[in-house]
Amino acid sequence: MHKDDQALIFEISKPGRIGYSLPEMDVPEIDINELIPAGYLREEEPELPEVSELDIMRHYTALSNRNHGVDSGFYPLGSCTMKYNPKINENVARYPGFAHLHPLQDESSVQGALELMYDLQEHLIEITGMDQVTLQPAAGAHGEWTALMMVRAFHEANGDHKRTKVLIPDSAHGTNPASATVAGFETITVKSGENGLVDLDDLRRVVGEDTAALMLTNPNTLGLFEEDILEMAEIVHAAGGKLYYDGANLNAVMSKARPGDMGFDLVHLNLHKTFTGPHGGGGPGSGPVGVKADLIPFLPKPVLVKQGDQFVLDYDRPQSIGRVKPYYGNFGINVRAYTYIRTMGPDGLKAVTEYAVLNANYMMRRLQESYDLPFDRHCKHEFVLSGKRQKKLGVRTLDIAKRLLDFGYHPPTIYFPLNVEECIMIEPTETESKETLDAFCDAMIQIAKEAEVNPEIVQEAPHNTVIGRLDETLAARKPVLRYQKQ
Amino acid sequence: MKHRYLPMTETDKQEMLETIGVNSIDELFSDIPERVRFKGEYNIKPKKTETALMKELTQMAQKNADLRSHTSFLGAGVYDHYMPVIVDHVLSRSEFYTAYTPYQPEISQGELQAIFEFQSMICELTGMDVANSSMYDGGTALAEAAMLSAGQTRRKKVLISSAVHPEAKEVVKTYAKGQYIEVIEIPHKDGITDVAALKDMINDEIASVIVQYPNFFGRIEPLKELEEIIHAQKSLFVVSSNPLSLGALTPPGKLGADIVAGDAQPFGIPTAFGGPHCGYFAVTNKLMRKVPGRLVGQTVDEEGRRGFVLTLQAREQHIRRDKATSNICSNQALNALAASVAMTALGKNGVKEMAISNIQKAHYAKEAFKTKGFEIAFEGPSFNEFVVKLNASVKDVNKKLLEKGMIGGYDLGRDYSDLKNHMLVAVTELRTKEEIDTFVNEMGDYHA
Ligand SMILES: Cc1ncc(COP(=O)(O)O)c(C=O)c1O
Repeated sequence: MHKDDQALIFEISKPGRIGYSLPEMDVPEIDINELIPAGYLREEEPELPEVSELDIMRHYTALSNRNHGVDSGFYPLGSCTMKYNPKINENVARYPGFAHLHPLQDESSVQGALELMYDLQEHLIEITGMDQVTLQPAAGAHGEWTALMMVRAFHEANGDHKRTKVLIPDSAHGTNPASATVAGFETITVKSGENGLVDLDDLRRVVGEDTAALMLTNPNTLGLFEEDILEMAEIVHAAGGKLYYDGANLNAVMSKARPGDMGFDLVHLNLHKTFTGPHGGGGPGSGPVGVKADLIPFLPKPVLVKQGDQFVLDYDRPQSIGRVKPYYGNFGINVRAYTYIRTMGPDGLKAVTEYAVLNANYMMRRLQESYDLPFDRHCKHEFVLSGKRQKKLGVRTLDIAKRLLDFGYHPPTIYFPLNVEECIMIEPTETESKETLDAFCDAMIQIAKEAEVNPEIVQEAPHNTVIGRLDETLAARKPVLRYQKQ
Repeated sequence: MKHRYLPMTETDKQEMLETIGVNSIDELFSDIPERVRFKGEYNIKPKKTETALMKELTQMAQKNADLRSHTSFLGAGVYDHYMPVIVDHVLSRSEFYTAYTPYQPEISQGELQAIFEFQSMICELTGMDVANSSMYDGGTALAEAAMLSAGQTRRKKVLISSAVHPEAKEVVKTYAKGQYIEVIEIPHKDGITDVAALKDMINDEIASVIVQYPNFFGRIEPLKELEEIIHAQKSLFVVSSNPLSLGALTPPGKLGADIVAGDAQPFGIPTAFGGPHCGYFAVTNKLMRKVPGRLVGQTVDEEGRRGFVLTLQAREQHIRRDKATSNICSNQALNALAASVAMTALGKNGVKEMAISNIQKAHYAKEAFKTKGFEIAFEGPSFNEFVVKLNASVKDVNKKLLEKGMIGGYDLGRDYSDLKNHMLVAVTELRTKEEIDTFVNEMGDYHA
């Protein structure tokens, strides 16, 4: 072990210490060998840590100090909408009447929870311009797959079995093609044009009788609004396909354009992005799906409906694609999203989008001299730069990202989308102040200068993090994926 | 407008518009075609102040009968357990909960190490070689296991025991439809997977056999016996398992499982009306490169310091796109952290003690029901659940119990047409002798 290494919890374990206080065993005990069949009673104990409560708190506090969150500092990670996570959300989600409900309790005893879910659905229906919403999917990718399963069920219900292909622009997030595969489709890539938007000619070339759907992100992952959206919708619909909206970028268009009005038939939202469910270090999320009327019969079951003044889970859905998740979705995240929407109101959500877009455009203009700007037009909530000028100087985008760590920032998303060389994708969000945006831009400009005059400082970054660049090749070649007692 | 989450002032805004070179924010939206432009504001509820909103939502929460104010005997896959108080204190550290996926390892070592520890603990409990960083939940984890098995064996049929959680079974079937995999149910006999039926049904077209241990009725499946039958056909053996039970039961990894999946909810994760919980996924070394989702691995930096990174990413959607092993991206990281803290607090001794406490208390309750004249369906060794036969509908009985401040067990008639009036009762370490006695008493004369 290196002297600077952070101990694993297993390495501070000491036989004889405990960190728990279990309820009393107040029933008469029977010899356990009489209760468990021979061969099924565990012989060797699992090597779990033996530590005191303070040991635990110190350990995880030390770990948290080695982690950067939105609360630690600016986090302009493109496509991830790293906005402030309101604290009221955390409180509300912990109310016993929400946190400690069992999903299989009698419906009459959970009317408050069902009411919240129902009202959240109603709000999301208005926000997306769709006709119905399911809260069941656990995250964005899960929502994509759920929606595509519905597309399949829709076509099959029409006796249309030849629609085996899903069209996906080259700038799409990786989950789009992956979800299409899991839903049993073949994916066809649609090219983007010079302007970063879907190439309509290419779309016309690949669309056809075998098209099940087109998956589109709008604004796309370059932060650009697909201006030809109505034409695209026409092309796909004329061919008999469905139009699917990846709502990961909804922060850019709230109160400005609704997927339902743009011609989309299905949409998923990432409540853990636009609607402030915290990212939790990678999850949990929530990925509700909204649909137009003709797809309602195929929604996953149960469907939450209102009968009189009662909220009821409807299981009698013969055309449903089935369940996509046990119970009713990531309720705890849905509570947070609902709290957020109710905190903002209609004028608040409109302001959110306006400031998200203002902030992104401001940063783009401040940085356009120092970095290549592949698409010189108004962006939406995020924008991409290219580090190809710096690359010629021997400084890669990865180096720029690592150098930003020295300034206390989480770097932007890099090398995505794939159709921009040395891509740097910046999404500031609306919750950051002008001072923060300026300081970050100053750092980016300084790094661009360093790349010219002192490239080593960038190439060798980071200089003041708890650890340097890690050997990823070693990690993959000789995988060590768990601690094992020597 | 002014809002506590929106820091831009009017002056800021003017300066920024000037830098951009436009006169108004509206101009920035000029690329949205007029025909699709949304005019005005959403027709949704007006915003509320912090205090007013908390008041409204407190009242909404209070309409629900929660497990803090009621005594619960409901399980069926989601359990009311001891949650060490420290878990929520760790979870509330916002360096964890406001972070994204640890894509920049230099400033994400905390999360990465916590997940590495989670993977290690899941391996220890399940007896498997490799565990991933989490799945959405137990149901989707099982579905991923079915898909993995089909890919690995190039076979298109999966057998699933009817004693697997009904909702997990439904999720497996939905995913299977997507992949053109046929799912066939193995009947249960007296609450245990019917071994004779399995022998008849299995052949070299079966990708995997899925059983649950302890199963949905609380019974302990004879994994050893099943394993021999399954592996004789080179099918994969998939076991869905409540990880808490593995504090006391022989881990599936020791009994020949190829994939162990399930939900870590019993470890420090609130029931939360069914989610978010925390799926886990563990495999043998042989299947390491087929695992869905994120994996954290150990490595070193230039100075030889130990560090952790996301690894073997060539399996994942952001690299492989349509060829990825799964479409999962966001997972349940924060709940994996919760489970890790709970497993740490319980530790080697506590996990065993808690598991055995569940067995003992459930056994006590079972005997108390018998003494009272109730018949136990599927009698035999069980973990923390068992089935009681009633002479009335479970729904009606539960309504009566609710009036007494109790949440009764699960109505098996919902999923099994031959089990009408059968209640699946869960008794965890949280239930006191007094609560159990009261519950059995209140069940009164509902015995069949
Ligand atoms: C554009 C886009 N689509 C889909 C996803 C997938 O969402 P999730 O991670 O919730 O599965 C993401 C998230 O990274 C995204 O940015």
